[in-house]
Amino acid sequence: MINTVYRLVAPKLFNSVYQDVDPNTSEVIVRPTHLSICKADERYYLGNRDPHILDEKLPMALIHEGIGTVVHDRSGEFKSGDTVVMIPNVPLEDDVVISENYLNSSKFRSSDFDGFLQEYVVTTADRVLKIDDINPYVAAFTELISVCLHAISRMDKFAHARRDTVGVWGDGNVGFITSLLLKARFPETEVIVFGRNPEKLSYFTFADETRIINEIPDDLKVDHAFECVGGIKSQSAIEQIIDHINPEGTISLLGVSEYSIPINTRMVLEKGIFLFGNSRSGKIDFERTLGLLNKNKEIVSYLENLVVEKVKIRNLEDIGDAFEKNLGIDFGKIILLWDK
Amino acid sequence: MIFAAILAGGIGSRMGNLEKPKQYMFLGDKPIVLHTIEKFYVNPKFEKIMVLCPKKWINHTKDLISREMGEDHRIVVIEGGSTRNETIMNSIEYVEANYDVDESSIIVTHDSVRPFVTHRIIEENIKYALEYGACDTVVPATDTIVQSEDGDFIESIPNRAEIFHGQTPQSFKILKLKEFYSNLSTEERDILTDAAKIFTLNHEKVYMVDGDVTNIKITYPYDLKVADTMLKENKI
Repeated sequence: MINTVYRLVAPKLFNSVYQDVDPNTSEVIVRPTHLSICKADERYYLGNRDPHILDEKLPMALIHEGIGTVVHDRSGEFKSGDTVVMIPNVPLEDDVVISENYLNSSKFRSSDFDGFLQEYVVTTADRVLKIDDINPYVAAFTELISVCLHAISRMDKFAHARRDTVGVWGDGNVGFITSLLLKARFPETEVIVFGRNPEKLSYFTFADETRIINEIPDDLKVDHAFECVGGIKSQSAIEQIIDHINPEGTISLLGVSEYSIPINTRMVLEKGIFLFGNSRSGKIDFERTLGLLNKNKEIVSYLENLVVEKVKIRNLEDIGDAFEKNLGIDFGKIILLWDK
Repeated sequence: MIFAAILAGGIGSRMGNLEKPKQYMFLGDKPIVLHTIEKFYVNPKFEKIMVLCPKKWINHTKDLISREMGEDHRIVVIEGGSTRNETIMNSIEYVEANYDVDESSIIVTHDSVRPFVTHRIIEENIKYALEYGACDTVVPATDTIVQSEDGDFIESIPNRAEIFHGQTPQSFKILKLKEFYSNLSTEERDILTDAAKIFTLNHEKVYMVDGDVTNIKITYPYDLKVADTMLKENKI
């Protein structure tokens, strides 16, 4: 069977290529239905990566957040018509200590190989999870939610027991989801969100408090913090976190930056701060995320607010238009309704 | 119930190879017809996928399918007719003999030599055949079409904005298709090159599904070269 794959061949230029897919050796074939653009995809689209990285990675199909419908299953675990979320991380080995998303050998869609911008996604049964009754526009960005939940699980594992106040730096999508999930996971903890934009901060109605970053009182302290800023601004965010965190607090880093970010290690040492990185997520995080979304409809309803636009994709130009629209928003998610 | 009829009745004379009909020529690692069958096979909506081919190629087609795809009760190989529409009628005969066809039953007919058909095109054929009774897959004409009866001089040049190229699938409500075909005279049947015309001759509406320029028909050796190039392009 000929499968069409829509690859980014150069910044802002998509092209379709065709692959021979054999249904008889393919474990699970999924027809994508709802896809979501991530900042990492945006960086490839704009060519905002090191030129030699772009040379190495492109052409490649983008998108690693999405759901679809099973059309063909040889594993016996799914039925045709099942709605599933697709897991973009593909581990190539088992490791009882290191999580699958940190293994050097793991491959990640839309980074190491083709993402979900395809007519059909050929995958394995362990890389898809059935979704029952979750709003598909929210389920489309399950991956992003699972990354935030993964970071919270690690904070829970590494952080000391005093969690009276937790600060989340960043008023974008990752800050929104992280603070929302934090509140659900630790209802007794006071969650304070720190951002630059008062209008964006006004969406964080579930948080105990929101603060503009240049108006933080010196005596405001947090026990632990999440850095969800990314880019060059990670530097000032981490600097501010170090200033306002209590001794032996944890700083969960989530913001991706193309730059080397200097960190005031003197104060890290003095306060005994524990910094740790978080990147991507694994199957266990997807399972926990779906469990949470199934159980907690209130969270889903908050997450629905992130869906700012739904764009129907019927041709290559529509893909480009959707990415251009994504550039124009600084908060929320654009959902691609895959009809190509 | 939804059925697919893969029309593999061609004898391949335009491919310059009379020994082997074009649908059995290799595209990549397998015969063209298998690529096409697989595209319908992965769509769970089809109750049965009928592959209609010339009598002497039936065993060959069955062998190809069982060798490449294993035994599957959803696929059946049956003999085609002397014309395209007779072939479609053979598929309807098979369906009627084996299933309780009702008003809502539809058949999606497709050229076996159009392996680049997409999931979206098949899905929209199903949707609009159910909704309107008949649909045809088309793309807007990019070349100007000229009309000539004698083949020497132009009689008319239709407005290009109103001209579309017909592709396949073409999809129909089974009972309506059968009824309208039986209404046609022998002369009308003789000039039919297209199943959608059975509906238009009966003054019935046929919905136009957006096709795709990549949904090419492999008719000439040149087309096969293009298709091969398309498929090899993904090697990076």
